[in-house]
Amino acid sequence: MTILEKVTALLGEGAVLEAGTDRVPRIAPGSPDAVALLLGTAHQEGWRVRIEGAGTWLPSDAPADLALTTRRLDRVPAIEPADLTATAEAGIGLDQLRQQLADRGAWLAIDPPGLAGRTLGSVVATGTAGPLRHAFGPIKDHLLGVTFVTGDGRMVQSGGRVMKNVAGYDLTRLQAGGFGAFGVIVLVHLRLRTLPRADITYLLEGTREELTQVGEDIAAAGLTPAALELVSPALARRERWVLGVRLAGSPALVAADEAGLGAATGGGRFTALRAEEAHAFWMRLAEGFAVRPVTFRIGGVPATSDELLDLLQHQLGDEWISASPAAGAIRWTGDTSIDRLQRLRRTLAGMEVPMTLERAPWPVRGAVGHFGAYREGVGPLVAGLRRTFDPGGALVVATEGS
Amino acid sequence: MSAPSLLARDLAAIVGETHVRAARAQRVTYAMDGLPTHRRVPDLVVLPGSREELIAVVRLLAAHGVPFVPRGAGTGLSGGALADAGAVLVVLTRLNRLLRVDARNRSATVEPGVVNAKLSAAVHAQGLQYAPDPSSQSACTIGGNVAENAGGPHCLKYGVTANHILALELLLADGSLVQIGSPGGEPWGPDLVGLFVGSEGNFGIATSITVRLTPLPRAVRTMLADFSSLRAAGEGVSAVIAAGIVPAALEMMDQSCICAVEDSVYAAGYPRDAAAILLVEIDGRNADAVVAETDAVADLLRRAGARAVRIAASDAERERLWQGRKKAFGAMGRLSRDLVVQDAVVPRSALPHVLETIAGIAQRYGLVVSNVFHAGDGNLHPNISFDATDPALTARVEAASAEIMSTCIAAGGTITGEHGVGLDKLRYMPLIFDADSLGAMHAVRKVFDPHERVNPGKVIPVHACREWTSRAVA
Repeated sequence: MTILEKVTALLGEGAVLEAGTDRVPRIAPGSPDAVALLLGTAHQEGWRVRIEGAGTWLPSDAPADLALTTRRLDRVPAIEPADLTATAEAGIGLDQLRQQLADRGAWLAIDPPGLAGRTLGSVVATGTAGPLRHAFGPIKDHLLGVTFVTGDGRMVQSGGRVMKNVAGYDLTRLQAGGFGAFGVIVLVHLRLRTLPRADITYLLEGTREELTQVGEDIAAAGLTPAALELVSPALARRERWVLGVRLAGSPALVAADEAGLGAATGGGRFTALRAEEAHAFWMRLAEGFAVRPVTFRIGGVPATSDELLDLLQHQLGDEWISASPAAGAIRWTGDTSIDRLQRLRRTLAGMEVPMTLERAPWPVRGAVGHFGAYREGVGPLVAGLRRTFDPGGALVVATEGS
Repeated sequence: MSAPSLLARDLAAIVGETHVRAARAQRVTYAMDGLPTHRRVPDLVVLPGSREELIAVVRLLAAHGVPFVPRGAGTGLSGGALADAGAVLVVLTRLNRLLRVDARNRSATVEPGVVNAKLSAAVHAQGLQYAPDPSSQSACTIGGNVAENAGGPHCLKYGVTANHILALELLLADGSLVQIGSPGGEPWGPDLVGLFVGSEGNFGIATSITVRLTPLPRAVRTMLADFSSLRAAGEGVSAVIAAGIVPAALEMMDQSCICAVEDSVYAAGYPRDAAAILLVEIDGRNADAVVAETDAVADLLRRAGARAVRIAASDAERERLWQGRKKAFGAMGRLSRDLVVQDAVVPRSALPHVLETIAGIAQRYGLVVSNVFHAGDGNLHPNISFDATDPALTARVEAASAEIMSTCIAAGGTITGEHGVGLDKLRYMPLIFDADSLGAMHAVRKVFDPHERVNPGKVIPVHACREWTSRAVA
């Protein structure tokens, strides 16, 4: 029997999707149990499995015996507006989830890079936060728990559905940003907020230096924007750099910050966007990171943001960059070589700045790795965790690169 | 010379004789933490005074294959810092140096024995604070906070310990050192910092801890709302949460607790005839917004049935209101000889139902249960007053505790929100995790500590784990 015949016998024809150009069978299990069944079989048979969500972020070109896509795991078993929690399967598109939450007055305060239909599981697995990280933190801070399936087909629960939980070790945080190295996320318990009653975006154009100073003035004035994002001209499709300031929250808080914004920056220079313009601005920013071949993030400290932007400009060019200076987080996208990425990672490691490769063609992922330049003692722990959650090495994940 | 004596001699050679406690009278001091239902007298206690001494101690213990238990101030409430026979207690309170403050990047690096409140005090002049504020913050240590993923009243807005740890230096059981996290908090790979925080000492010792600091709020308003029923107070909590306002803190106390506080030196002016009070704090960087949100919350609480809402008019009044809350556990010492401080979390909307059920359990078992807790997070602390010298009464306390846990689990909650599993909650772990999930946790622990020598016997009920290696392909 071929792999496809075996999988069809195991999960039924409905789980088999049309293969991609590399003709690797694409399997879409319809339930978490089916994921466990598939991975348990893959482990026993020695199949290599690549994980895909919507096929836009996780590697849909990795060499594998089969592709496991979570796209049929698209149910939302629970939305609890009174508790500000929700439970969603990993394959649901973020756009669909956002709509269902908004219908109940709830908000998942994340705005990850990528296309609107990107799956929740992919966002969690890659830990890709967007500009809202400024106020609401990294992706892991929005998770109450996850259920995942290990490379040998075991279903593991971590965390729960309540706001605080210290029962057992926090495997949820291990999964957030693990790129699937420790299993396939099938179910996610989310921490929500109420939809902001006021939500306004202001833009300011200028040189990078000018806007960096404005950002510092805003912070010094004690304003609390939801996002404070510095965007390169090419990514913003503007003549100059852009500082996007998003104020979101209670009307009282937003009104106070609006008044403070004028006072902190000399007044009048910001342009307020209409709601549809603001939506388009932030969407364009997110989607920009899904269209060029390579995307990575680096995480420094606020004081080094300027230096890091200079470094990126010098080593790779600064065409498509977005930065949350106050969070020390920078994301770059473009076309570059394996050699340049490896050199950049080494340079950054010397500055105590981690670089995480988020998206790239498989040859680049394989050579550079999502992670690398581990500090003292980390490599053996990561390898041990990999063996624990994927003892047969079924999951094709480029953790450290070659 | 017996084995412990030989070990004591070798440890003394590292830390000095005065910092090794071998006499029983000295060791008894460490037989308990903040929970009176568990007691273990350690065989040996060692108090290293520097990072280098600590490393040498752990390497010596590794060389002899001796298990050990890290301990901070011993304020934990799960029996997690107790050492069974054969294990050495490694007390970290002498590692209490503030190593670095980076005000520009809002971070500080400390040794594990630094006391929580002292860190905030040290950075206050720079307009910063360390936000997680467990009620024991005047005594508990940052190392202990990291081990337990400690919370506190202000974690509703600012997040728990895990949200504030950027980087760690770990000392593993074999004596090796590992650097995880980075100065900005971005991991170098998988989030090992997130995995370590809350691992209750099972993965090793954090020898240096880099924390995120938070700007002090520029405006703070604290209000006291009193209610004639627990249900109405619970509904007040739900109303505030549903309105999208995130208070800095949203705490609840029931009548039993109110009266204990009012009878004590910590009397805060709480109304004794109230069935429950809510203590709500709004803070922020903008005074106008804080006033507007305070008014909105007061209105919501009145509509939920508050008999009165009083906003503290001065810093002194505010501090008095908070002192009553933070010292409530101490005040409850007046009620009886011993106190079990329980810890569970439920969905916030389930609070009214769960509180009523707990009251019914207390009545059935003939016990005094006082509630003081983080209502905004749904993090309950039902506290049972009793006399631990009475075996029959202690048995009733244990049975009632188990029923309370079952009630919280049935409501969609969990068995601990901030105190940890330790020894006390081991038996409840199989109620919320299946054998594979427990097996996964056990396997992760063995990645860090293959011989399970650090804090053995805690967190994971090994008997309930499915064997993790059985499916491995040879």
